[in-house]
Amino acid sequence: MLEWLSMGGNARFVWPSYGITVLLLWLNIRWARKAALAARTEARRRLAMQRSEP
Amino acid sequence: MAWTWFHRCGSPPHFYRIAGKLVPWFGTLAALLCIGGLIGGLVLAPSDYLQGEGYRIIYVHVPAATLSMMAYAVMALAAATGLIWRMNVAYAVAASCAPIGASFTIIALVTGSLWGRPMWGTYWVWDPRLVTELLLLFLYLGYMGLRSAIEESGRADRASAILAIVGVVNLPIIHYSVDWWNSLHQGHTLLKLGAPSMPPSMYVPLIAMIFGFMLYFAAVLLVRARGEVLRRERTARWLLEVIGEG
Repeated sequence: MLEWLSMGGNARFVWPSYGITVLLLWLNIRWARKAALAARTEARRRLAMQRSEP
Repeated sequence: MAWTWFHRCGSPPHFYRIAGKLVPWFGTLAALLCIGGLIGGLVLAPSDYLQGEGYRIIYVHVPAATLSMMAYAVMALAAATGLIWRMNVAYAVAASCAPIGASFTIIALVTGSLWGRPMWGTYWVWDPRLVTELLLLFLYLGYMGLRSAIEESGRADRASAILAIVGVVNLPIIHYSVDWWNSLHQGHTLLKLGAPSMPPSMYVPLIAMIFGFMLYFAAVLLVRARGEVLRRERTARWLLEVIGEG
């Protein structure tokens, strides 16, 4: 296991590569969901305002 | 028939519903392919005879680099569709591609740099492949900057679409840079004429990762594009129907 983790002495290059990839992919999911949720909330608010207008 | 389908996709309510149904499928398949690709690439694939274990960065670097270009091609195609057919949904898709594509480009540059250090002895060289990939990042940033700098949505769509279309010229330059110039960057591995320069135990996980990244891109793009469509459709009646759904 330790041998595998050491990646033949290249662990300090291999694992940060995977780390930054996972981090950015995860952040993209989070940002996309956040933007979609914000758009939904805003659309709901607009529609509620329209309905309340005389 | 094909045109009917095309025009239906351009309808915001239709796009919103179809995209909502596709996201879980794309997301699940992307996760399965990436898990399989990671097990294959990090555990099962043999060491490289020249690069040892360090070559395993390929399983994130190549998919990210591929998607950095593919996302740009999708963005430019969507932008051109928006310009030609005045399709709001296409503009929404183009705008949604940029941050995801920029992220893939950053991943490709950083992982390439981390791979370059043990193999080339340096994190960065002014090599044609690296420089054109960096230019791609600037194109994404320029596209996003231009969009946010123009307040009026229609003008922002059109101006950024032109930038996206002009920037397409960079894609073949990135791809063929290793053939056209003397480059420190290695040549084509999978798309080599004849046969891939890797055994199946190495390239099968790589292909799985590339397809996994493609599906991930499709899933995240659709989530973003759905939000963008909602944001643009300010007073449409169909919002009343979909806003209460899921």
